[in-house]
Amino acid sequence: MSGSLSITSAMADPALLDLPWDVPLEAWPNDTIAALPKGISRHLVRFAHLGGHVAAIKETTAEMAKGEYEMLRTLQRLEIPCVDPIAVITNRTDAEGEELKPVLVTRHLRFSLPYRALFSQTLRPDTATRLVDALAVLLVRLHIVGFFWGDVSLSNTLFRRDAGAFAAYLVDAETGKLYEGGLSNGQRENDLEIARVNIAGELLDLEAGGRVADELDPVRISDGIVTAYRSLWAELTGAESFASAERWRINERVNRLNELGFDIEELAIRTDDAGTTVRIQPKVVDAGHHQRRLLRLTGLDAGENQARRLLNDLDSYRAAYGKESLDEEMVAHEWLMRVFEPVVRAIPVELRGKLEPAEVFHQLLDHRWFLAQRAGHDIPLAEAVTSYINTVLRHRRDEATIIDPPTGAITTAIPTIDTAAVAVVDPDDEGDWRLKV
Amino acid sequence: MASVTFDKATRLYPGGTRPAVDQLDLEVADGEFLVLVGPSGCGKSTSLRMLAGLEEVNDGNIFIGDRNVTDVPPKDRDIAMVFQNYALYPHMTVAENMGFALKIQGVAKDERAARVLEAAKLLDLEPYLNRKPKALSGGQRQRVAMGRAIVRQPQVFLMDEPLSNLDAKLRVQTRTQIASLQRRLGVTTVYVTHDQTEALTMGDRIAVLKDGILQQVGTPRDLYEQPQNVFVAGFIGSPAMNLFHADLADGGIKFGTAVVPIERDVIDHATGSAVTVGVRPEDIQVSTTQGEGLAVTVDLVEELGADGYLYGHSEIEGKRTDIVARVDGRTHPFAGDTVYLTPAPHHVHVFDAESGERLGHRVVAG
Repeated sequence: MSGSLSITSAMADPALLDLPWDVPLEAWPNDTIAALPKGISRHLVRFAHLGGHVAAIKETTAEMAKGEYEMLRTLQRLEIPCVDPIAVITNRTDAEGEELKPVLVTRHLRFSLPYRALFSQTLRPDTATRLVDALAVLLVRLHIVGFFWGDVSLSNTLFRRDAGAFAAYLVDAETGKLYEGGLSNGQRENDLEIARVNIAGELLDLEAGGRVADELDPVRISDGIVTAYRSLWAELTGAESFASAERWRINERVNRLNELGFDIEELAIRTDDAGTTVRIQPKVVDAGHHQRRLLRLTGLDAGENQARRLLNDLDSYRAAYGKESLDEEMVAHEWLMRVFEPVVRAIPVELRGKLEPAEVFHQLLDHRWFLAQRAGHDIPLAEAVTSYINTVLRHRRDEATIIDPPTGAITTAIPTIDTAAVAVVDPDDEGDWRLKV
Repeated sequence: MASVTFDKATRLYPGGTRPAVDQLDLEVADGEFLVLVGPSGCGKSTSLRMLAGLEEVNDGNIFIGDRNVTDVPPKDRDIAMVFQNYALYPHMTVAENMGFALKIQGVAKDERAARVLEAAKLLDLEPYLNRKPKALSGGQRQRVAMGRAIVRQPQVFLMDEPLSNLDAKLRVQTRTQIASLQRRLGVTTVYVTHDQTEALTMGDRIAVLKDGILQQVGTPRDLYEQPQNVFVAGFIGSPAMNLFHADLADGGIKFGTAVVPIERDVIDHATGSAVTVGVRPEDIQVSTTQGEGLAVTVDLVEELGADGYLYGHSEIEGKRTDIVARVDGRTHPFAGDTVYLTPAPHHVHVFDAESGERLGHRVVAG
C-alpha cells in the first residue's frame, strides 16, 4: 500500500487501515466484501465489514467525496436523518503505483432498508404510498433547513420501519447544496418535480420487471409525494389569521404540529393595530416531538411513530394502574422496568437481528390487540410475547443489514447493474399478518 | 424554440450586501449556444438558476421568447436541465427510459414513440431502442440520459458545469459531442462553466461575468481579440495575457528601453500618465541579443513540441513582473538567460490604468 494514503475522518477508526485500499474497489476480495445485494449506482458502491459494522464504500472523485462527506456531517449537525459519514480516502495507489479513485466511506444504518427490499414478490400500493409519505417528510425537513437535494428518489433513500409507517434517511447527498438563507419556492418546486419524476421512473422500472401489484399505478403514487409534501409544508410553515377572541387556535396549531411529530421552537405572533386579529406563523420547527419526550422519560431512542406508540402504551399504563397523580418520570421508569424491558429481554438472542426493539414492541402491541379481539378478553403480556415470538418474529428475515446501493443518475457512467432483486419475505406485504396468526 | 432575455435581472440574497447578479442585460438568440463563464462566485450559476426558476428574481425580468417567465414555476417554463440526475432504469428498455417522462406528462403513445424515435436517430441510438441499459457502453448511456431531455422538446436547454466531474479525456470528448449535438438540434442552450477553454471551444457567444456584473458578451474571437477590460483580457486565453503597468511616452508607451508607438486618440483617452498594457504570449517577439525592449530573465521554458512557453520575470518600476511568451519549440532560450521582448505589431491592448476599460480598438504598434 502506498505510504502517502490520506484518510480524512472524524472518527479515526483504526479498522479503516485494514481495508485493501491499494486494490480497485471492483476487485476487492470476497472476505472483505459484505455479501449483500447490489443495485444500480452512478458510482461503484460496495459494502465491506469495518470493525463491527458494515460500511458503504463509494469510488468517486476527490472533490465529490470531500464535498459529500462535509455535507453529510453538516446534515447530521442539523439533525437530518441521513447515513453516517466515516471517512474520505485519497491518494490511493495500487502495487504498481497507478492511481486509484478516491473513496467516500459511510456507515450502514442498522435496520434500514432500500425500497426494493421492502417487499417480496410485488410492491403493493399501500406500501408504496407509505414509502412516498416518508420521503415527503424527509424532503420537507431538508427544505426547512435550506437543503436543496437535486436528486430526490426512493433509491437515494433508506427506510426504517417506524410502527406501521416508514422513516426515511438520506443516503446520497452528492447533488445537494445547503442555502443559508433558505430555499426559494422555485428550488422547492424543482426538488418536488425531480422527486415525482424519479419515483415514477423507479416504480415504472419495477413494473417493467413485473414487481408491482396490478392495482398499483406508478404515476398516481408518484403524484402522491406532491400532495403529501404540500400539506405538511403548509402545516409547518403556513401563516393563519383569526379573531383575537379565538386565541385557543394558537394551542390548536401547536397540538396539530405535535401530533405530526414536530415541536414549534419559535412562533411569530402579530396582532393588527386594532388588536382584533391575530396572525401566527411557525418560524422554527423541530422534528422529533415524540422521540424527544420518549428519550426524556425513558432514555429510549426510537423512531417518531414508534415513540408515539410507546408513549401511548406508557400513558395507558399510567391510567390503567391509577398512577395519574404520580410524577411522570417515575411512572415512565416503572413502565420501562415492568413492561418494555421484559418484552425486549424475552426475545431470544438469535432473533434480535430481525427488528429493532421498539419495532418489536410496536408489533407486539398489535399482536396482543389481535389476540384479544379473537379471544374476546385481554391477553396477559407474557402470553402475547410468547405467541408473537413464535408465530411472527421467528418467521421474519434479519433486517439489521440488508443493503442495496443507491440508484442514481448515470452522468459518469460506471453503473453496476444487478437485476436480481432482493428476494425476501415481508409479512406486511403478504396481506395482514394478523390474519395468519 | 425560443430566445432568452435577461432584462435588468437582479438577484440579491437575503442579508447580502451586494447583488449576486446585478442588472443583467443579456439576449440569447433562438438556437444559440451561449456560455456563461467567470470565476467562482461571479454569478454565472445564479444567473442560470434564475432562468431555471430556482432563484428568485428581485428586480428586472426574464423572458423565454415573448413570454415573461419571471414568476413562472420551474416545471412550467419549458426548459430542461440537461445531465441533471438522470437515472437509467435497469428493467426498462432504452426506449422506455427515454420516453417515460412523457408518459407521466400524459403524452399519447404514438406521439411518445415518434419523439423517442426522432431523438434516438439524432443520438445514434436507434439500433439500441429495445435493449436494456446493461447492454450499453458508458457513452451510449450518457446519450440515453440526454435523450430524456430531448424527447421533452423544451424551448431551452440549461447545463450547469456538466463536465466538471469527468476526467480530462472524457471531458474533451463529451465537450465536442455536446457542442455538435446542440448544433444538430438547434435548441437554444445556456451553458455555465468556470473553464474559459470550454467556453471558447463550445459557445457561439460567451458572456463573461465577475462579481455579479456582466463584463462582456461576444463571440470567442471578439473576446480574445478585443477584450473590453483588463478582467476579460486576463480571464480569456491560456496562458493568460501578460498585463503590466506602463508609462506613457511621447507618441507611445514605454516597453523597457523601447517605446511602442500608440495612436494619439488612444493615448488621449487615458486618465493618467500611465496605462495598463496587455500582450498575449504569442504576440511577443523574443530576441536573445541585447537590443531594444524589455529585459527578461528566463525562469523556465515549457516545451510542448512544435512550440513552447517561456516563463520569465522582469523589473518594471522596481516591481517583479512575471511574463509568459511563446517561443519556438526547437530553438528557444534556457533558464537563466536574459532575453529582450517587444510586442508584435498590431497586437498591443491598452487599458485605462484606473478604470481598467479598453482604450480605443486594436492598437497598431511598431
